[in-house]
Amino acid sequence: MERLPILKIGQMLLVSIQVDLRDDMVVALQEDLADRIVETGARGVVIDITALDIVDSFTGRMLATMAALSRVLDADTVVVGMRPAVAITLVELGLSLDGIKTALDVERGMRLLSLAGGTAR
Amino acid sequence: MTAQELPISGDADVVRVRQAVRAAAVEAKLSLVDQTKLVTAASELARNTLTYGGGGGALVEQVQNGLRKGVKAVFHDKGPGIADVAQALTDGFTSGSGMGLGLGGARRLVDEFAIDTAPGDGTTVTVVKWAR
Repeated sequence: MERLPILKIGQMLLVSIQVDLRDDMVVALQEDLADRIVETGARGVVIDITALDIVDSFTGRMLATMAALSRVLDADTVVVGMRPAVAITLVELGLSLDGIKTALDVERGMRLLSLAGGTAR
Repeated sequence: MTAQELPISGDADVVRVRQAVRAAAVEAKLSLVDQTKLVTAASELARNTLTYGGGGGALVEQVQNGLRKGVKAVFHDKGPGIADVAQALTDGFTSGSGMGLGLGGARRLVDEFAIDTAPGDGTTVTVVKWAR
């Protein structure tokens, strides 16, 4: 199965989703991310969903799970790049992504993590 | 565009159904937000077909009402069916591992929504989204 790459940038991990997401890939990402956080001691995770044309309840739930999981492993998560149409649809679907930090793009997401002390250990 | 029947028997099929619905929505000239809503609803319903119906199929076609174009998608399975439809449509109700937003959420995202099901008799969900 195709797995999503997780890049390490300084003290942060970057996951940039560039393909049509299958459910099994999302589940695998969750496991890979937990492993990589522990392995690298990363303090922040940026998940870039710029290329995603939809986020349904399954993907939304997995984003929330990954944020919670990172939190437990002492890393902050920011979801960046959500398209306006995706945001409108998510809210109408009934998914507010409570507890997930968001930013408009990768750069702002990284800045948000740095301000939160994500880069200094 | 002619009607297109797609099988739903794995995660990759859910992606293919989404792509077919997206292509039909673009062709029917739905706005970007309406395309996104319809594709999201299709994703929820295709996953239901797979997870709860044990697999099945989707029929995707363009429909026309006077000058108005739209996209109709029919999701069908021969699974256990739904005993209490009203309950299944309630936000937060789930018999599986989901958030319970699938069916009720999908209904909110489309213009027309119909469900035909009976215990032991499979489930068919029909949705339509019209271009504005």
